[in-house]
Amino acid sequence: MNETPAIELRRINKSFGPVHANKDIDLVVKKGSIHGIIGENGAGKSTLMSILYGFYHADNGDILVNGEKVTIPDSKAAIGMGIGMVHQHFMLVDNFSVLENVVLGAEDSAMLAGGLARARTELKRLEDEYELRVDPDALIEDLPVGLQQRVEILKALYRSAEVLILDEPTGVLTPAEADHLFKILEVLKNQGKTVLLITHKLREIMAATDMVSVMRRGEMVATRETKNTSMEELAELMVGRSVLLRVDKKPAEPEAPVMEVANLTVTDSRGVQVVKDVSFSVRAGEIVGIAGVSGNGQSELLETLSGIRHATTGTLKINGETIDLGASHLDAADMRAKNMGHVPEDRHRMGLINSFTEYENSILGYHRDPAYSKGLLMDLGAIKKAAVSEIEKYDIRPPNPLLKTANFSGGNQQKIVLAREIERDPEVLLIGQPTRGVDIGAIEFIHRRIVELRDAGKGILLVSVELDEIRALSDRVLVMFDGRIVGERGANAEEGDLGLLMAGVDNNNAAEGGVQ
Amino acid sequence: MFEDFILILDSTVRLSTPLLLACLAGLYSERSGVVDIGLEGKMLGAAFGAGTVAYLTGNAWIGLLAGIGVSVALGLLHGFASISNRGNQIVSGVAINFLAAGLTALLGQTWFRQGGRTPSLPEGGRFRDVAWPLAEQVREIPIIGPIYAELLSGHNILVYAAFLAVPLTWWVLFRTRFGLRLRAVGESPAAVDTAGISVTWLRYRAVIACGIFCGFAGAYLSIAQGSGFGVNMTAGKGFIALAALIFAKWKPASAMFTCLLFGFLDATAIRMQGQEIPGIGEIPVQFFQALPYILTVVLLAGFIGKAIPPKAAGIPYLKERS
Repeated sequence: MNETPAIELRRINKSFGPVHANKDIDLVVKKGSIHGIIGENGAGKSTLMSILYGFYHADNGDILVNGEKVTIPDSKAAIGMGIGMVHQHFMLVDNFSVLENVVLGAEDSAMLAGGLARARTELKRLEDEYELRVDPDALIEDLPVGLQQRVEILKALYRSAEVLILDEPTGVLTPAEADHLFKILEVLKNQGKTVLLITHKLREIMAATDMVSVMRRGEMVATRETKNTSMEELAELMVGRSVLLRVDKKPAEPEAPVMEVANLTVTDSRGVQVVKDVSFSVRAGEIVGIAGVSGNGQSELLETLSGIRHATTGTLKINGETIDLGASHLDAADMRAKNMGHVPEDRHRMGLINSFTEYENSILGYHRDPAYSKGLLMDLGAIKKAAVSEIEKYDIRPPNPLLKTANFSGGNQQKIVLAREIERDPEVLLIGQPTRGVDIGAIEFIHRRIVELRDAGKGILLVSVELDEIRALSDRVLVMFDGRIVGERGANAEEGDLGLLMAGVDNNNAAEGGVQ
Repeated sequence: MFEDFILILDSTVRLSTPLLLACLAGLYSERSGVVDIGLEGKMLGAAFGAGTVAYLTGNAWIGLLAGIGVSVALGLLHGFASISNRGNQIVSGVAINFLAAGLTALLGQTWFRQGGRTPSLPEGGRFRDVAWPLAEQVREIPIIGPIYAELLSGHNILVYAAFLAVPLTWWVLFRTRFGLRLRAVGESPAAVDTAGISVTWLRYRAVIACGIFCGFAGAYLSIAQGSGFGVNMTAGKGFIALAALIFAKWKPASAMFTCLLFGFLDATAIRMQGQEIPGIGEIPVQFFQALPYILTVVLLAGFIGKAIPPKAAGIPYLKERS
């Protein structure tokens, strides 16, 4: 075996403004291996790989390629060191031929003809050696995504890459295409190449890698030999059990269902089913938590119920009214009119307009409410008064309704959103990732508010990728995997039990209880 | 009748030359993803620079260089605003148009006190028409004679340069490394960036090429076709060139034919001035002047094929943050 690792990272740090995306990352990648890096969305995997590919610069830390310390100022340097990358979103020119895309940036000389001819012969050779067949004269836009990805791999091999980084390569592939990709990776490995596979899918790690490193919230938390680990262990490592959250609450006293979802199916823009035949109910006075590794359909479920995304089929019963979600395209305003509040998962993208002031944000989505208007104009006095009362009640700091929301901390921004939704007195509140990027003090405050709302007899649907949060708050836990609800547990569900369900390991009576 | 037709074609060539030069200028810029609505301004600036320097030096070539210099400088300004600082390309282009219109008139009046005009050029300050060998001798031969003597021979050197620039541009775009990268950066700057090529430097080079061609176009107006700079002498040619670029779908050969078509309409308009057409009567000049725009709108509306601009045109490039 080769002793010198192909890639070694030592104490890599990278921050984007206040966000510490990579904290003291160490990583050793053996030559001729397939090394997986797994972690949830936002764990810092892509940032780390972009540093290795010269797209970003590490704030500090060392990179060693073949045992030698190097600096990688740009992608050109990375390519020169034999590092190639297949990006999640393909870096191809759609109206160029395969050949032109392969040659771009590696043209040999100022005249194209020579480079194109050399590339044509070289592609032929690579085709035979790695079984990567593509018509060199086809236009990229005419190729299916699986083949486009193959072009990306060829691009890297053409630049004689020894280390190939693949960033979430299966996100756009069908299962059959993904299987084919893994076969290609196996061939690459047998030819002595080193592969770094970035993914958040456990199944892929188990199927394709020799080694696996787990990232969580910007940190590298573990490295294992794939054959000595299990999906459950990896799932646990990914989600983490860092802080043990405790929320004081009485047992729930649920009453009649306030929201019932039946046979909900959602298809995304790529035509892939992301929510598959999901049915459940939420009763007044209970918190229903949806657990799962991110990317298993929870976000789409939340977006559909809040009216941001359209369902393919399914019904929603709310306030005694039954709505066919597949036929009637209700939008977010319609859903709010039905007394459904929504705290979106991503407050920056969906919850707030950061360049607006606090008081303007405090009525977003409720701006049509007659209480806030005087004829054609907004009643700024009334809006500010309501904003000030929310600021006091939710301890939003700094207590200044004229400040832009961009200037509030994550926790206070989240409180602004929460105050806006709760103070409109909804019957059902949908909450996504209530404490993502929120400091510990605000977490406690937010959790208390959610429990208070439950005690006031409202129905709450909570989606979170933090297993601790789900376990601390929920009166019932539904676990989503691959777009389906694969199990239901009570308030005191075991962490290991939930971890298994989240990993898609359907061991025991997963269907117990079913829909209540 | 045939003689008349040859004369119209002859002036078609003269009138389409500045359009063609400006259109090719825009082609380099927009193919790289930088929308350039400031062709008009750059042409005007170049016309003024060329007119002034050619008058002062009495040398047309130095005048041409000065025109190119002014135009490239304005182009770099556009690049600084829209490439380096990722500003809005339309706003920057409009600003350059205003800047050129105001500054040329002001400086012209301050320096020469002739109402913004530059003085008439001395001998040598202007590009003269080049007579091809034997042009006068073959003139009398039917058909071939007039074509040779009027249409091919007897233009100034910038006309020939403009038409030679068409195959040259095609060759650069489709046969050289620079051209491949230029086309790529206008479609997918991220692909260029990850291939280890500087998006910024590539776009700057495109903007400079655009400036050079606009410099030729402006110099043509003031020191080849005309004899001195006149206030606002471009009269919207930069915008027609832009329309021609869209009409030609950003392709060099199509650009030439489109510019010839637009030039032909212009030549016909001049020819038809005050003339009755049997059964129709007199056609207003404005009708012909509006035709290029009408044709472009019809094209954009999707009646004659489809004009698909370079995908990244008008969008400043910013590395994504993951």
